[in-house]
Amino acid sequence: MEQAVNLWPLVGVGVIILGFVLRFNPMMVVAIAAIVTGLAASMPLVQIFSAIGTAFVKARNLPLIILLPLAVIGLLERHGLREHAQNWISKIASATVGRLLIVYLAVRELTAAVGLTSLGGHPQMVRPLLAPMAEGAAENRFGHLPEPVRQRLLAFCAATDNVGLFFGEDIFVAFGAIALMHTFLLSSNIDIEPLHIAVWGIPTAVCAFLIHAVRLKRLDMWLERELGGKAPSAVPVTSGAAGTATKTGE
Amino acid sequence: MIISIEYFFWLAGLILLVTALLTFADRNHPRRLSTGLFWLLYALVFLIGDRIPPAIVGIGAVVMALIAGFGGVGHGKHDVLPEAERRDSAKRLGNKLFIPALLIPLVTVIGTVLFKDVKIAGLPLLDPKNVTFVSLGIGCIVALGAACWLTRDSVGQGMRESRRLTEALGWALVLPQMLAMLGLVFADAGVGKAVAHLTTAYIDMSLKLVAVMVYCVGMALFTVIMGNGFAAFPVMTGGVGVPILVGMFHANPAVMAAIGMFSGYCGTLMTPMAANFNIVPAALLELDDKNAVIRAQVPTALAILVANIALLYFLM
Repeated sequence: MEQAVNLWPLVGVGVIILGFVLRFNPMMVVAIAAIVTGLAASMPLVQIFSAIGTAFVKARNLPLIILLPLAVIGLLERHGLREHAQNWISKIASATVGRLLIVYLAVRELTAAVGLTSLGGHPQMVRPLLAPMAEGAAENRFGHLPEPVRQRLLAFCAATDNVGLFFGEDIFVAFGAIALMHTFLLSSNIDIEPLHIAVWGIPTAVCAFLIHAVRLKRLDMWLERELGGKAPSAVPVTSGAAGTATKTGE
Repeated sequence: MIISIEYFFWLAGLILLVTALLTFADRNHPRRLSTGLFWLLYALVFLIGDRIPPAIVGIGAVVMALIAGFGGVGHGKHDVLPEAERRDSAKRLGNKLFIPALLIPLVTVIGTVLFKDVKIAGLPLLDPKNVTFVSLGIGCIVALGAACWLTRDSVGQGMRESRRLTEALGWALVLPQMLAMLGLVFADAGVGKAVAHLTTAYIDMSLKLVAVMVYCVGMALFTVIMGNGFAAFPVMTGGVGVPILVGMFHANPAVMAAIGMFSGYCGTLMTPMAANFNIVPAALLELDDKNAVIRAQVPTALAILVANIALLYFLM
């Protein structure tokens, strides 16, 4: 009763996995995978290039979100936005990286859950504001950060934005994914209210918040272990030229 | 419509064109010609991409991929204000510096929430299919105006800053679009069916827990391959969700769908194929390891996946 399924298109998936494992340039890997997949589906070369071109033009809206804010962010950074974000957070004595990111996670997830997904995002929120604040909060406690530690902090900032967005947006009824699920189930003759799908997302959304918040708490503990011995937490031993952080004590 | 997304494609094309020309003019650039060509080709995709034959665009995209693959996309040296001057300016402008930065999300939200259905003389004000993108575009223009006014700097300097950040991103800026392209090619070639066949044909799903695990893990795995939970959902739900979880084990379809999609999102957190969430931020934050964000996310994703399996098993 099994229908024969054509497994040849999987060659493209193989190219992707191989390319990423061997750490070739992802853009080239993707282009080759597209061509190989087309060849495996026995499409002529011109048609493959046409398919690539059509799809490439269709997806032009994706890079807009990243590209358009760059001029603003760059200009503000030139005039000290990152420095100011670091100073600003250093005035809150109780701020730690973990606490800052847990608050951000909560706000990001709740606002996404009511449909305000564009309040966060990597180019407009994480790079100019969240990342320097996290750095500032850490430097305030531990002084100069070793480069690997700094990079791990920044990675966690980006990760927190993603987790908050993903597990928040899906409990907003008017979100595209809910419509997609509803439409697909309708096509399988199952008619359920979109609201029910949204509501049943809440348990996972709560779990996601708790799980990631625990990890952020542990990030604080890790920082304490890595750097805690070097500088007493009350005195901000800021490095080199960072002379403006003159706050002392709690 | 009055404000179409088309205008913002032209704006993006213009910005990239300026980036390309500045690169060509930069005598000290280590990869002047190949980098300039890369951004010039990309600018053309935005400016005339829908007016030339798709096969030409396709060849252009592959040429861009080759330039990137052979290390041809570099970045030059950019002049930044000295640290002391930046600190002075930060002190002088203070919290005002936050205003333009916050204007981008604020205007976007106002556009998407309040102006979504506004019509002038029967025409929708904002492109109805692309309300978010158009609002974001307007937000960026408003914010650029505010930033120039606040810092007494010029739009030209804004362009130079845009080029600095574009070059810092490099090919990562183009990757999400390439991956979306690949997703469509995969769908055309029937990759989904083949993967669903592999995940479902060889596992005995007469045990409820096994069926739940196949569905959730399958969603995550499929999303890792395709980079997008939306592509995985029809395949896995059509293959396992509806016939087995609902058909054999009488699951509540709403619970199955909601938790299934979230399992897909766990996959999104773990894959370089979801470049705009995982690779672009690493490039934006100028991290040495392009997979650093994925590394930070994997434990969270795996824990949520386990939670999903338990939730689906007990709630369905």
